[in-house]
Amino acid sequence: MTMLDGLSILNSLPLAALEVGKHWYWEIGNLKLHGQVFLASWFVIVLLVIASLAAKPKQGQMVPGGMQNFMEYVLEFLRDLAKNQLGEKHYRQWLPFIGTLFLFIFVSNWSGALIPWKLITIPEGELAAPTNDINTTVALALLTSLAYFYAGLSKKGLGYFANYIQPIPILLPIKILEDFTKPLSLSFRLFGNILADELVVGVLVFLVPLLVPLPLMALGLFTSAIQALVFATLAGAYIHEAIESEEEEEHG
Amino acid sequence: MNPTVAAASVIAAALAVGLAAIGPGIGQGNASGQAVAGIARQPEAEGKIRGTLLLTLAFMESLTIYGLVISLVLLFANPFA
Repeated sequence: MTMLDGLSILNSLPLAALEVGKHWYWEIGNLKLHGQVFLASWFVIVLLVIASLAAKPKQGQMVPGGMQNFMEYVLEFLRDLAKNQLGEKHYRQWLPFIGTLFLFIFVSNWSGALIPWKLITIPEGELAAPTNDINTTVALALLTSLAYFYAGLSKKGLGYFANYIQPIPILLPIKILEDFTKPLSLSFRLFGNILADELVVGVLVFLVPLLVPLPLMALGLFTSAIQALVFATLAGAYIHEAIESEEEEEHG
Repeated sequence: MNPTVAAASVIAAALAVGLAAIGPGIGQGNASGQAVAGIARQPEAEGKIRGTLLLTLAFMESLTIYGLVISLVLLFANPFA
């Protein structure tokens, strides 16, 4: 942040303050947690739980309406997403995981842009989308890694590791490297996109506070929705890669 | 921070973003051009082409974002400071 201090001279209207690298630390034992990220993610989780509870059908109502209708649309969208990646046969088992990933990332990304977090001041750091902290995205990416290992091992047992020498054994180092690059690229893509979006909007608000940042904010909503879709799609693709076998090439 | 390290970091950050923008820029241009050609040949496939195009654009964009992450690290979390 020291390098951007010169910019704050320009900032006569306190509409935005960029606080990169400052966190509100919660210390639990020896662990230092980024408190603002936890608060924002709990908010997102509560939002999702409320939305799910509101989707409950009303007593004696035959035709779905309102919130229930909307949530059913969301469910159908998620089901199609999972079905496209995993195929008719396996998608049901992995729908909860992929759907949760998509919903959490999507609502997190949009919360960063749509909710006026700046109105709430906390002792240090600032509230923002939970996904603009690299720890969140790394955790999500590692969960994806665990999921596809679990999928492969539970489907094929230890025979899953035969995949590593499948076409020819000389590819073994590359296949092992792949297991590290998958979570790395997943986490960096999401983190970079969200942080870049918030930084660009933040810097623009420094320089031209009114109206000019608006189109970029709208573009940010679009790209962050795409990023949630990409993350969920890739998670599905990785899981499918782990569970697919030669004899069932029927899906397409 | 040592002024030489600071100056080098800023230049390196700028170069990281700038260079990382070249490749994906060309790639995205190619992809969009091909997509437009595809739509012109087969207007009824527009929906499918658009969906695929958006996904691939997001992937290409992430390459630039990696460069951006490097430059953000150099600016805000410099390991040599």
